[in-house]
Amino acid sequence: MIVADKKPIEEIIEFVKDRERILVAGCNECVTVCEAGGKKEVGILASALRMYFKKQGRDVKVDEVTLERQCDHEYLEEIAGTVGNYDAIVSIACGVGIQFMAEEYPKMPVYPGVNTCFMGATEYRGLWVERCQGCGQCVLGQTAAVCPVARCAKRVFNGPCGGSTNGKCEISKETDCAWQLIVDRLKTLGKMDEYEKLFPIKDWSTDRAGGPRKVVREDVQQ
Amino acid sequence: MNLNTDSKLEKIMKSGQLAVTSEVGPPRGADLEEIEHKAGIIKDHVDAVNITDNQTSVTRLCSLAACIKLKLLGLEPVLQMVTRDRNRIALQSDILGAAAFGINNMLCLSGDHQSFGDNPKGQNVHDLDSMQLLQTVRLMRDEGKFLGGDEMKKPPRMFVGAAANPFADPFEIRVPRLAKKIAAGAEFIQTQCIYNLEKFEKWMAEARDRGLPEKTFIMAGLTPMKSVGMAKYMKNRVPGMDVPDEVIKRLQGVAKDKQADEGIKICIESILRLKECKGISGFHIMAIEWEEKVPGIVEAAGLYPRPTV
Repeated sequence: MIVADKKPIEEIIEFVKDRERILVAGCNECVTVCEAGGKKEVGILASALRMYFKKQGRDVKVDEVTLERQCDHEYLEEIAGTVGNYDAIVSIACGVGIQFMAEEYPKMPVYPGVNTCFMGATEYRGLWVERCQGCGQCVLGQTAAVCPVARCAKRVFNGPCGGSTNGKCEISKETDCAWQLIVDRLKTLGKMDEYEKLFPIKDWSTDRAGGPRKVVREDVQQ
Repeated sequence: MNLNTDSKLEKIMKSGQLAVTSEVGPPRGADLEEIEHKAGIIKDHVDAVNITDNQTSVTRLCSLAACIKLKLLGLEPVLQMVTRDRNRIALQSDILGAAAFGINNMLCLSGDHQSFGDNPKGQNVHDLDSMQLLQTVRLMRDEGKFLGGDEMKKPPRMFVGAAANPFADPFEIRVPRLAKKIAAGAEFIQTQCIYNLEKFEKWMAEARDRGLPEKTFIMAGLTPMKSVGMAKYMKNRVPGMDVPDEVIKRLQGVAKDKQADEGIKICIESILRLKECKGISGFHIMAIEWEEKVPGIVEAAGLYPRPTV
């Protein structure tokens, strides 16, 4: 899933402090799972904004909505009838949802209420970890299903670097060394002979380097 | 003698003599005098001088400019190049620039993570890793080709090396990793600072079992300790460093004003011991901001005078 984290309330207030009618819009997908942008967080953020405006002695309307998905035109259209009631939307979907909201409603100011962080998973409640950077050319088949792009701080393909210590990365004792994980898994799988294969220079054109990306599937287009 | 380049380092090691290198860090300012001064102190006692590339991710005068300066002074520089800050276009471009100035040696590294330096908020590049940089230099030199496949008129004749850390984890892949660097094209290896001699000798024995010293020149890396504080810092704070407690105890065993001398003594003893280690082709003495001690170490270790080739 896409993992996001709450933006500081001060930053959000700075975006909307001069507005009169604000809609806080959540998303029922990834950001609900990582507890940054679901229905519960919509309620918390809306309350915080109401408290702020009340303290300022201002009568500002703050409404709440949580859509099934913000990365889908179909669900965004659900608020087409009411969106005209507002002069700003704070979206706490991921960066994709926030932009889709803005594209759907071109005249409406849309502001982010979260920082979108990475593609990851829930290790346990309150700890979300990165696993994929969407490089567009999956290497997991050559790296014992541990991603050096997402999990090595230097994304080295022929690791580990000299900074690996006691299974941890040189940047932090809290961060596993991806190459220690790869070596451990190769050992478990009885495939240590694969370790000495040189990993060829990567084609990064399918990554961010190639510019904004698209997946085009004519076979499923209608 | 079959030489691939004009490198003095290559000539010395291929002639079967022990080579000696040292390193100098460029200054944090637009000033080449300091590097000239530092290099001047060691020039008669070493065969080549590594110039570090923004080591520990702290911004400094660039390695390439400092190497050119040394070359113009008649010294033999080793251009250190990390993959942290440059993509494949910049790396290949700098390799050509260095070669055009007659810089004959290169050391391919990934570089410390930028979070250690003065720009922790910066982006890192890592378009290639250190092994892929080795392959790149060899492709350019041996096949006269760019990574993109185009041919070049005058290939860079670089004697190309890599670092090896015999002490980092996981230990069981330390020798396979050396083999991998050799397969990627490393003609010489400069190791991480050695304080745990037993562990290093074990690593060398495994390397010999695989015939690796016949395929590359392994230079043992040494850094004299200045104090107990430095030893503790190296042990606890520097990633991938193995400083045994005995080293710290030995430094603690002398008066504070004698700790530096003791550090030098340990360094000299280590070289003398490793001169007996089969498969060692030279020594890389990294006296960090302590260049003035290098001549004495080289002389006491019986590595002076340096050969003329």
